[in-house]
Amino acid sequence: MMRPGFSRAGEFRPRGLRGGPGHAPQLDRARDPRRTFLRLLRYLAPYRLALTLVFLLILLSTFLGLAGPYLMGRAIDGLIATRDGAALARMALWMVAVFVLGNVADALSAWRMAGVSQRALQRMRRELFTHLQSLSLRFFDSRPAGELMSRLTNDIEAINQAVSQNAIGLLGSALSLVGIVAAMFVLNHWLALASAVVVPIMLGFTNWIARSTRKGFRELQKHLGEMNSILEETLSGLRILKAFRRSQAAVHAFEEENEEVYRAGVYANSHALLLMPLTNQLGNLFVIAIAGLGGWLALRHLTTVGTIVAFISYARAFINPLRQLSNIYNAIQGALAGAERVFEILDTPPEPPDAPDALPLETVRGEVRFEGVTFGYLPGRPVIRNVSLEARPGQTVALVGPTGAGKTTLVNLLMRFYEPDAGRIVIDGKEIRRVRKDDLRRQLGMVLQDTFLFSGTVMDNIRYGRPEASDEEVIRAAQLAEADPFIRQLPQGYQTPLSERASNLSQGQRQLLAIARAILTDPGILILDEATSNVDTRTEARIQRGLLRLMRGRTSFVIAHRLNTIRDADQVLVIRDGEIVERGTYRELMARKGFYYRLAMTQFKGETI
Amino acid sequence: MEQVLKLLPFLKPYWKKALLSLVLLFIVVAMDLAIPRLVQRIIDQGIARQDLRVVWQTFLVMLGLSALNTLFAVGNNNLSVQVGEGVARDLRRALFRRVQTLSFGNLDRLQTGQLMVRLANDPNVVQRVVQVTLRIGTRAPLMMIGSIILMFRTDLRLALGMVPLLVVTSGVIAFFVLRMEPLFLTMQQKLDRLNNVLQENIAGVRVVKAFVQASREAERFERVNEEFTQRNIRVMEFMATMGPSLSLCMNIGIVAVVWAGGLQAIRGQVTTGQIAAFVNYLQSTMGPLMIMVNLANVWAAASASAKRIREVLEMEPEVREAPDASPLPPTAQPRIVFDRVTFSYNGTVGTPVLQDVNLAIEPGETVAILGTTGAGKSTLVQLVPRFYDPSEGRVLVDGLDVRRLQQDSLLARVGIVPQETVLFSGTIRDNIRYGRPEATDEEVVAAAKAAQAHDFIVQLPHGYDTHVEERGVNLSGGQKQRIAIARALLTRPAILILDDCTSSVDVETEARIQEALREWMKDRTCLMVTQRVSTARNADRIIVMDRGRVVAVGTHQELLRSSPIYQEIYASQMGNGLLEEDSRNDEARLQSRR
Repeated sequence: MMRPGFSRAGEFRPRGLRGGPGHAPQLDRARDPRRTFLRLLRYLAPYRLALTLVFLLILLSTFLGLAGPYLMGRAIDGLIATRDGAALARMALWMVAVFVLGNVADALSAWRMAGVSQRALQRMRRELFTHLQSLSLRFFDSRPAGELMSRLTNDIEAINQAVSQNAIGLLGSALSLVGIVAAMFVLNHWLALASAVVVPIMLGFTNWIARSTRKGFRELQKHLGEMNSILEETLSGLRILKAFRRSQAAVHAFEEENEEVYRAGVYANSHALLLMPLTNQLGNLFVIAIAGLGGWLALRHLTTVGTIVAFISYARAFINPLRQLSNIYNAIQGALAGAERVFEILDTPPEPPDAPDALPLETVRGEVRFEGVTFGYLPGRPVIRNVSLEARPGQTVALVGPTGAGKTTLVNLLMRFYEPDAGRIVIDGKEIRRVRKDDLRRQLGMVLQDTFLFSGTVMDNIRYGRPEASDEEVIRAAQLAEADPFIRQLPQGYQTPLSERASNLSQGQRQLLAIARAILTDPGILILDEATSNVDTRTEARIQRGLLRLMRGRTSFVIAHRLNTIRDADQVLVIRDGEIVERGTYRELMARKGFYYRLAMTQFKGETI
Repeated sequence: MEQVLKLLPFLKPYWKKALLSLVLLFIVVAMDLAIPRLVQRIIDQGIARQDLRVVWQTFLVMLGLSALNTLFAVGNNNLSVQVGEGVARDLRRALFRRVQTLSFGNLDRLQTGQLMVRLANDPNVVQRVVQVTLRIGTRAPLMMIGSIILMFRTDLRLALGMVPLLVVTSGVIAFFVLRMEPLFLTMQQKLDRLNNVLQENIAGVRVVKAFVQASREAERFERVNEEFTQRNIRVMEFMATMGPSLSLCMNIGIVAVVWAGGLQAIRGQVTTGQIAAFVNYLQSTMGPLMIMVNLANVWAAASASAKRIREVLEMEPEVREAPDASPLPPTAQPRIVFDRVTFSYNGTVGTPVLQDVNLAIEPGETVAILGTTGAGKSTLVQLVPRFYDPSEGRVLVDGLDVRRLQQDSLLARVGIVPQETVLFSGTIRDNIRYGRPEATDEEVVAAAKAAQAHDFIVQLPHGYDTHVEERGVNLSGGQKQRIAIARALLTRPAILILDDCTSSVDVETEARIQEALREWMKDRTCLMVTQRVSTARNADRIIVMDRGRVVAVGTHQELLRSSPIYQEIYASQMGNGLLEEDSRNDEARLQSRR
C-alpha cells in the first residue's frame, strides 16, 4: 500500500530531539501502551460499523490479492496439461475479476478509513482545545507557549499517521503474511517449508538491525541534541559572541560536535538503511530457494511449474509486508507515546467550575475589598501574604513596589485566574468565589503592558471583548483611547490586518488598542499595567490621556510606574515581598519618609517606584 | 532540482565513494535482473527437459550470485550513507563558518529560528536526497529500464503488448503527481490556520479568559477544525485510490501476459518459463514506478532546503575587513570621534537613523547618551566597534578610521554590555570569563564586585560555580545584567559601552555600580546609553539625541537650564517639576555621600 506523503510538513520542521536525519524511527514509547491504545480506540468507537466494513474490505482485498497468483499458477498448469485456449480465457477472466475486485476493495477501505480517522481526530482536537481553554493559568505558567504548541502539533500528527495509515498498513501486512503462508501450504507444503527457512533469517536480521539501529539512533539523538543546543546558543548569542571575539572558539566547539554527529549518523544510518537492501537480497534468496527446490520437486512430480510460478509471485509479495511491519510498529509506538501526552493534558483537572448556586453579577458599583488574602503559586511559598485593602467605588488605587513584589499576583487574584489560599476578595459585598466567573470577568477590564493581539483586523481586535459592537462604537472607543489618529494612518485604516503577534505595530500603539478594547467593553472595574519603557514621548502622552478617560468614574487598580499616576491616585499601596508595607496618598507617604520615600528619593526611576 | 545541483561542489570530496557506490549499485541491479532469467532456465531447460543437473547448477549459480550481491548491496548502502552524511557535515560546517563572518547588518535580517532551520534541518534534507539518489533513486529507474529491456529480449511480441500498459500507467502516475501538490498545499494552508488559532489561544490565554471569549474562540477553532478535516478527508480519499490504481495496472498486465503468452505457448511460440520470467519482470517494473512517485517528494523538499542553504552561503558580510587593515596600536588612546556620521540600516536608501552626528569623546570621559526609543542611541554606540559601517562620515578611534583597523584588534579594546542580556550555558564564572578565558579567579571576583554582582553570586548554592540554566532562567533580570557588566569589565576595555543595561537593576545598586565604574574606568572611556535622566545625570557629559540627531550636549545642570528637550524628558520622568525640589535634595544627598 502506498503511504501518501503526509510527512511533507515534517520535512520542513526543525528536528528536535525526536527525529533524527533520514528515516529515524520514533524512539519514545508510551508508559502504558495498552491503556493508551484502548483509550484511542474510544475515539473510533462511534464508527464501529464503518470500521467493520473497512476490516471486511481489507480481508477481502487481501484474500483476492492472494487468489491472483494462485489462479495464475493454475492457468499455467492448465496450459501445460491441456493446451486449451478456452480454459485459459476463462482463467484470465477470473483473474481480471479477482484483481479488479481486490483493488477496488483496497481503495474503498482506505477511502472509508480517511473519513473515519479524520472525524475521530477532529473530535480529539476539539476536545483538546476546549479542555485547554478550561485549564487554569497555572497550567500555562509552567509551560512555554512555543513548547506546548510544537508538542501538541507533533503528537497529533503522529496519531494522525498511525490512525489513518499505519493501522490499515499493519492490518493489511499481518493479514497478507498469514494469508501467504496459508496459501503456500495449500499449494505445496514442501515448498512452503522453504519459507520456514527464509522467515527466521529475515526476522533475525530485522531484529538485529532494529536493535543496532535503536542503539545507533539513541547515540545520534544525543549528539544531535548537543549540536542543536550549541547551535541554538551560538545563533541566539551571535552578537555577543562576535563582540567578545569568541567566533574561533565557537567554530571549534561546533565542529567537534559536528564530527560526532557525522560519526553517529554514519553508524546509525548504515544500520537503519541496511534493512532495505538486505530484504531485497533475502527476497531474491527466497525466489532462488523456491526455484531450486521447486525444480527438484517438479522433476520428482511433487509439484508443477504453475505452482512454482505462483510461489515466486507469493515470495515477492511476502517480503513487502515483512519489511513494513517493523516500520509500522515503530510509528505506532511513537503515536501511542504522543497520544499518552495528549491524554495527559486531557486529564489535567480544569479550573473548578462555578458552584450551581453561583451568583450573577450584572453591574457593579465598584467596591472592592481584599480580606487577609494569602496566595502562593507553589504550595508553601506564598507570594502574597495576608493582604487587606479596600477600594471605594470610583477610586484609583496605585500599586507600587519593586518588580516581583506581587503586584501582578494581586491582579491575577482579582480576575480569579487563581484562587487565594486564605482570605477572601469581595466585590460590592459579594465574595468573588461565589460569583459566576464569566460575569465577574466581564465586569473587570484589563489593559496589560504587553498587549496580546489576535490575527484579524484592527477593528476585530478592538471589538474583541464585545463582538456585537457596531463599527461606530468601535471607532468611538478608539477615539476615546486616542488610538484613532494612528489607526487612520495605517494602510487600510480600521480594516488593516494585524500580522502574527502584531509586529507591524509598535508596543505603544498596541497598548492604545488595548485601551480602546477595554473602553468598548465598558467594565465596572479597571486593571491597568502602565508601560515602563519603549514608548516614545508622544505616544506616551496619548496613552496617558486615553487611560485617564478610561479611568474616569471607575474603580481602577493601576500597577503604576509614572509619578503623575501615583500622585493623582486616591490610595497608593506600597507592596514589598508580598505584603502591603505602606499605604496612603502620595503626599502622606512622602511625609512619612518610609520605604516609599526612600524608593522615590534615591532617584525617581521608572519601574521601581 | 536546479537548486540542489548548485550544491554539487559539496559532493566533490566524496566523488570516488559516490562513484564506487553507483558502480556497486549497477552490479546489484544487473544481478537482480538476472534472477528471473535463471529461474526461466530452471523451468524451461531443467523441468521441461527433466534435467536435474541444470536445476542444480542454475540453483548454485543463483545462490553464489546472490551471496555476492548481498555484499555489494551492503557496500552500496554504507558508501551512500557515508557520502550523504559527509555532505551534510560539510554543509553544516560551511554554514556555521559563513554565519560567523556575517555582520550585525546581515543578522538583523535573519531570525535565529530561521538560521536554526538552515543549520540543523536543511543539511539533513540534502543529505537525504544524496543518499537516496545513490541508492533507491538510481536503483528504481535502473530496475525499470533493465526490466523493460529484458522483457523485450525475452519475447518481443509480448513486450510490445505491454507498451500501452506502460503508457496508461505513466498517465495514471502523472495524474496523481500533478494533482497531489496543489491538494497538499491547500491542506497545509488549512493546517496553518488551525495551528494559528491554537497558538493564539495558548499564548493569549489570559486575554481570552479576561474577556470571557472562550466559547467564541471554541467556535472559531471548530470552524477551522471542520475546514481542515474536510480538506484532509478529500486529500486522503484521493490518495486512497492511488496505490490500488497503480497496482491494478500491474495486475492487468500480468493477466495480459498470462493470457496472450498462454495463447502463444499453445502455438508453441513461447515457453512457460518465459511467461514466468515476464511476470517477474513486470512486477519489477511497477515497483520502482511507485517508488519514483515518492522520490518526487524528496526532491521537492531538498530543492527548498538547498535554496535556503544557498541563501546563507551566498550572503556577503556587510562589514568586511580591508585587505590592508592595520591593528589598533596598544598605545592608542580611547579617544572617539564621530565625524559627520549619517547612518541608515538599509544603506543609502532607507530613512537615516543617524543624521550628521559630530562628536568628540575624550579619554577618561564618561558620556551618557540620552533619548527616547528610536532616537538612535544604540545605533550610535554600535558604530564604535564597527558592528555597522556608517552610510556617510567616519568614526575615528584615536584618530584612526575604524574601517582601516583590524576588527579583532578593535574589539579587543572595546567592552560592551548589550541591551538584551545574553548568557551562555556554563557556570557564572565561565560567563564572566567569557571575553578573557585566561583570567584568574581573583580577577573574576574583582570584576564581579565592581558590577555589584559578587554579593548575590556568593549567596547562590554553588557560588561562582552555579550553573546558568538555559537563557539564565535561574537568575533575575537584574542579576543577569550585572553578570553581563562584570563580563565586559573583565576584558579591561579601553572603551566601555553600556547599552541601557541597568534597566532591571534597582536604583541603589545602580548608583553603586556607577561609583565602582568611576574607579575601574579611570583613563578609559565609557559610553552609557540610557532612557533615564536618573542614570545619565552623574555622567561627565550628557548627549541628548532626538530622531537621529544630537540636539544637546552638556552636564545635567547645564542641560536643565538650556535644553528644552532635556527639560521635557526630565519633566516626564520626574513629574512636571513638582519633584524638582525633592530631586535637588536628593542630589545633595548623593553628593554628600561621595
